[in-house]
Amino acid sequence: MTDTALKTRLEPAPETVLVTDSGFSLDDWTGPEHRSATLAPEDLTPDLVQNLAPRLPDLDLIRVPFASFADGRGFTLARALRRMGYRGRLRAVGHVLADQYAMARRAGFDEVEIDAALAARQPQEQWRARADWQAHDYQARLRGSRTAPRP
Amino acid sequence: MYRYTDFDTAFLARRNAQFRAQVERRIDGSLTEDEFKPLRLMNGVYLQLHAYMLRVAIPYGTLNSAQMRQLAYLAERWDKGYGHFTTRQNIQYNWPKLRDIPDMLDALGAVGLHAIQTSGNTIRNTTADPFAGAAADEIADPRPLAELIRQWSTDHPEFQFLGRKFKIAITGSPKDRAVTKAHDIGLRLVEKDGEPGLQVLIGGGLGRTPMIGQVLRDFLPRADLLPYLEAVLATYNLLGRRDNKYKARIKITVHDHGIEQIRQLVEARFAEIRPDFTGADQALLADIEAQFAAPTFQSGDTAPYDTAYDNDPVFRSWADTNLARHRRADHAIVSISLKAHGETPGDASAAQMRTMADLAARYGYDELRISHEQNVILPHVHRADLPAVHAALKAQGLATANIGLISDIIACPGMDYCALATARSIPIAQEIATRFEDLKLEHDIGEMKIKISGCINACGHHHVGHIGILGLDRAGVENYQITLGGDGGPDATLGSRTGPGFPADEIVPAIERLMRAYLALRDGREETFLETYRRLGADPFKSALYDSARTKAA
Ligand code: SF4
Repeated sequence: MTDTALKTRLEPAPETVLVTDSGFSLDDWTGPEHRSATLAPEDLTPDLVQNLAPRLPDLDLIRVPFASFADGRGFTLARALRRMGYRGRLRAVGHVLADQYAMARRAGFDEVEIDAALAARQPQEQWRARADWQAHDYQARLRGSRTAPRP
Repeated sequence: MYRYTDFDTAFLARRNAQFRAQVERRIDGSLTEDEFKPLRLMNGVYLQLHAYMLRVAIPYGTLNSAQMRQLAYLAERWDKGYGHFTTRQNIQYNWPKLRDIPDMLDALGAVGLHAIQTSGNTIRNTTADPFAGAAADEIADPRPLAELIRQWSTDHPEFQFLGRKFKIAITGSPKDRAVTKAHDIGLRLVEKDGEPGLQVLIGGGLGRTPMIGQVLRDFLPRADLLPYLEAVLATYNLLGRRDNKYKARIKITVHDHGIEQIRQLVEARFAEIRPDFTGADQALLADIEAQFAAPTFQSGDTAPYDTAYDNDPVFRSWADTNLARHRRADHAIVSISLKAHGETPGDASAAQMRTMADLAARYGYDELRISHEQNVILPHVHRADLPAVHAALKAQGLATANIGLISDIIACPGMDYCALATARSIPIAQEIATRFEDLKLEHDIGEMKIKISGCINACGHHHVGHIGILGLDRAGVENYQITLGGDGGPDATLGSRTGPGFPADEIVPAIERLMRAYLALRDGREETFLETYRRLGADPFKSALYDSARTKAA
């Protein structure tokens, strides 16, 4: 497959890869740190959204951690942040699988940041295969709208 | 019955194609076994003791004859010629090969069936009253709402990776044939001042820490169902424990935080979510409801039924035991027992499945149901056709007259299939059934629910059996604990343990002593075992179990 091509392109390897609907790229966030928030796994509680609410208008990027692909709290959190009116970039960071990309997008994430080892094992075609996340979506159908509000 | 829309069909085809690719990526190493596991689970594929197992959903227990025939085809083509119906209205194939499973899923898709979310830490197949749409005692048919829940929960992006599995049951009858109090969420259709709505129960569940569900919302307007469910799930997803799988079910979350706090969180979340639902779901629900309209019932003389009933004692016995009241007096609800004495409870061969499909097509308005008691139901049969139905069933070994009796046992797969088992459960069920058949006591004993689990995970629902049997491992030897007085009905009750367990060769005699004690103690034939137990308490039954015979302490 294209594993080799990918590795060549990523050498000297950056530690992480950003995944969007168009595939792999490098992190292009250049904003000031105070305009972003990086959450820790222990932050993912029911109170988080309320606690974060006052800061939302001042944030352009929120990084939501996925310590394990099996821990789906981040999906509910993303929905809640969007529902609170957050319109900035929302990024899922960590152990997210290509198979979860559509879920992440539908829940309101804009992008996923994964480490280089995972990117090598799950090359970008496997992620791009889910770039059509807006198709076949029961939620959009039941709500009569797009699943996730987008910036 | 619900017919797939183009949307459903396209969704399923796409989903099956994805799983086919996932299987290939597992084989080529893109996915580790750890990563593949939740993906195969979301598509109903388990790794069992001897092989992969495919669990196919029968949404809210409803299927038509073409679907039943396809289940038979799968059994023959890719398995050993039979399938196993489960307590959650699924069918399991115990011997498929991993590389065949994508083809099996495509074959299911061709008739509008799937295996999506039949396992894994996600919202499982919603179960419903198997007599829905037919029972005389029903307020409303719960299946349209169950189908709405199926669509909402399918591939829901927030809830595919919950802390633990999540089970919803819905009933439209005050008789509650769906055990709603033993589910993560139980829904009961109710009416308030003429407005249809739901009572919402939460936090029930069996397993190693059995709990009875509590009322979260006494009356929920029907149109609020999806946002309310979403509020419960979102609350659970963030609040439920993830550090210990045995403390991860919502029943523990409810227990730890208290129903009041959960209610506050859910109601707050509900207020936020409600505006997301702008009415599209209600328009879809109206379409779904139209499809569940009752068939055009035939009328006509029921004399053939009366003649057979008066002249054929075998038919009469079957009719007395296996028929339930239909909402039309000239029809009946037929329960087909998958509990022939000495057979594996819930198993059906491909030939039997085809017979049942044929009968549904010919006499049953093309409808079949699977009950959580692991039997098959023909929900609408005109009484005049019952003798013909009975004769056809008899020819396939499907006319056992034991619905609700001592041999109509729920037994989990246990040591014969399950990797988690600590004891066998199927052989115990078989022995109990044949023993009481030999004693000819079954009909005299009357209503009796025995439920058997092969380990503390309680898939056999032993906690809510009138008699529950739990198979444990005591220093390498099977040991069976008995609980008494459980009940899975509207006022669900957990059974109480009697005392030390019994080794495998003593459990059937122990059950026999219990039954003989009941027959001696009951206040006439009308008083069921459960009623006698409630009247007298456990003591006389404990002495029957422990005083008379040599027993080994556990
Ligand atoms: S109760 Fe235990 S043995 Fe029986 S099916 Fe469940 S996990 Fe397996």
